[in-house]
Amino acid sequence: MKKSTFLVFTMPSFIMMTLFIALPLLIVLIQSFQFNQDVLETIERENCDPFGCKTETITVPVLDENGNKIKNNIWVGFQNYKNILKFEQLSSVISNDGFEWSKIRSIDFYKALRFTLTFTFITLPFVIILGLILALCVNVLINRLKGPIIFITLLPFIITPVIGALSIKWLFIGDGILTLFLENILDKDIALFSQGWTIEILMLFYRVWHTIPFAFVIFYAGLQTVDKEKIEAAFVDGANRLQRLRFIIIPHIMPLIVFVALIHLMDSYRVFDEIVGFSASGFRISLQWMTYDFLRIDDSGTRSIGRASATSVLTMIGIIIILIPVLRRTFKEQKEKRL
Amino acid sequence: MKKIIVIFAIFTSFFFLAGTNAKACELNNSVPVTSLSAGFDAWKVVTSAMEECGNFTPTLDQEYRDKLVASLESNPSQFTMAGVSASTNVSVLDAGVTRPLDDLVAKYGDSLQDNQKIVIDGKIMAIAMMTNAQHLFYREDILSDLGIDIPTTYDELLKAAKVIKDAGVVDYPLGGTFKSGWNLGEEFVNMYLGFADSFFDGNMPAVNNNDGYETLKMMKKLTEYMDPEYLTSDSTYVQQQFQQGKIALANLWASRAGAMDNAEESTVVGLVKFASAPKAKKNGKPASTLWWDGVVIAKNVTDEEAEAAFKLAMVGLDPANLGANPEAAPWLSNAFDPAPSNIGAILTAKSGAAPYPASAKMSTLHGVLGAAIGDYLTGAATAKATLEKIEADYITAATEKGLL
Repeated sequence: MKKSTFLVFTMPSFIMMTLFIALPLLIVLIQSFQFNQDVLETIERENCDPFGCKTETITVPVLDENGNKIKNNIWVGFQNYKNILKFEQLSSVISNDGFEWSKIRSIDFYKALRFTLTFTFITLPFVIILGLILALCVNVLINRLKGPIIFITLLPFIITPVIGALSIKWLFIGDGILTLFLENILDKDIALFSQGWTIEILMLFYRVWHTIPFAFVIFYAGLQTVDKEKIEAAFVDGANRLQRLRFIIIPHIMPLIVFVALIHLMDSYRVFDEIVGFSASGFRISLQWMTYDFLRIDDSGTRSIGRASATSVLTMIGIIIILIPVLRRTFKEQKEKRL
Repeated sequence: MKKIIVIFAIFTSFFFLAGTNAKACELNNSVPVTSLSAGFDAWKVVTSAMEECGNFTPTLDQEYRDKLVASLESNPSQFTMAGVSASTNVSVLDAGVTRPLDDLVAKYGDSLQDNQKIVIDGKIMAIAMMTNAQHLFYREDILSDLGIDIPTTYDELLKAAKVIKDAGVVDYPLGGTFKSGWNLGEEFVNMYLGFADSFFDGNMPAVNNNDGYETLKMMKKLTEYMDPEYLTSDSTYVQQQFQQGKIALANLWASRAGAMDNAEESTVVGLVKFASAPKAKKNGKPASTLWWDGVVIAKNVTDEEAEAAFKLAMVGLDPANLGANPEAAPWLSNAFDPAPSNIGAILTAKSGAAPYPASAKMSTLHGVLGAAIGDYLTGAATAKATLEKIEADYITAATEKGLL
């Protein structure tokens, strides 16, 4: 292809990517080194409400001649990162009383990181293994059943994540139907939303349930391309079902497994919907939830853009670190193929 | 042909309905007006009366504070008017996005009383319609069956809770709006003001002290008598617990009192009574804060729109309209007697509860409290560590905002 043709064809997508991906990333990076403040002044203000009048000394934003707040971006270096990572507190915990998890947990970032990592790595094998089993099962069904079964299996994936999380929550919270059912069976008072670990299990379960269809569809498509002659040859050579799976099918769909793992790692490291849907923020928080929480406007009408940007950057770095092994593998394979 | 007739019939009935609706309001509003407010009963009463005047679109949203400032800040404003509370009024005041109402009050505000006018540095910036406070809701039948007096202090409340628990008449003796976030922060604010007077020393926090410690300890004692899922329980959840007869005592918002006798939802009609919020210390003030809710009009709208909005608001806040729904809230109007469901708020105010100390620094602290206390209640952190964390997190947030 001629260089100019190549440029013409790629230019639109290049411009879009710069505009909608690279530029926002750059802005977030810049903001993470800044405090976004209102210019403030301390004044005396007389305030009369139904409970009486009082004059108070308060700090309020200065307004310009159009009546808008004057915003000020101050460079603060790594202060936002320090405020989130709290290295001094961390090092004092570790050096003073040995390694005490409960104290490290009291720092929001590590609490969130702990949950995010557990969430990501526990759901991954479940999604891949259960998705593969499902695909293998559907693959041997008679053709007439395949369509309806595939449709039903896809349903959890179609549901909007927050809605799905809410419905699972309502099944279990308080005297939800399933809680009552469990209470009847076990003859015990059950409160699944009164401690962290039960909510965590529900959230893990929900994510696995919600993502399996994705893995299933990809694997099922992959199984259609397995060389039938190879399987038959293995069968003639006396390989049993498990051996055929291990030595022929899995190597064949390995690139797909890597692909599903890649997508799932990226997706679940950004866990957020579950925290909101299950009202879990009192017990468990994730890195993305921290960003959201910093971005929420409080009653004074301000938000922590600096710390929100810093958590975003840290989340991004985290995703990159997690993806490195998978990406390296893919890269190596590509190279081998070229040779 | 048949179809056409049916469609025609439906259309004409719409016109007919619209006609009767317009008659309920004497004002014929021709300027489109929109509003943003919280969604509890009082706002439903006010906005539905305003809707009858035509061309009025209310947005009722319990999470309205998330979009309040941003939507009024844009030019032209996304909403002509908004419903605010004592605390969110500070955010719109600080942002300078609301307009003084003195001219409009002089022209159309004859029905207003002086205590409804929120006057900031001599200018009327908002019209209050109701007060609100968290106060004691109790099941009269259970208390009298077990021979318990109405608790006036939190120690008495805990004793009562124990008796009720031992008797086993309800699932949980206590309810509480302990949902982590704003609700939990408000519980701390209420209880702390029962022990102490001030949260701040200048702009620095002053809660890491014995009063803060006592507050946390009391909150934890209360949770022992609650549904263990208290960290997900908000006002609506506690209201439903009462309505379904699952709890016997709670400190709940006055604006929820009317719902106790709503026969469509409640199984305990006539059994829930109201009293002042209990005191934290024997001779102290009630552990509660007084709030008001009211109406502001955006600055970034035309004078014509602002005038229409104010006239509509006067229809909504008309004593005749409020008097027809006295149970919906402790209205500020003196034109009619308060409903029995408002007695708790009145008693709480009379026993000297403090107004919510709304300010930018208070909003910052409130957010920090709501996020930090959950870990103490579940036992993941000690009281000392929690108070230290509150102080440190406040300083971080306040420094970032430029308050320190």
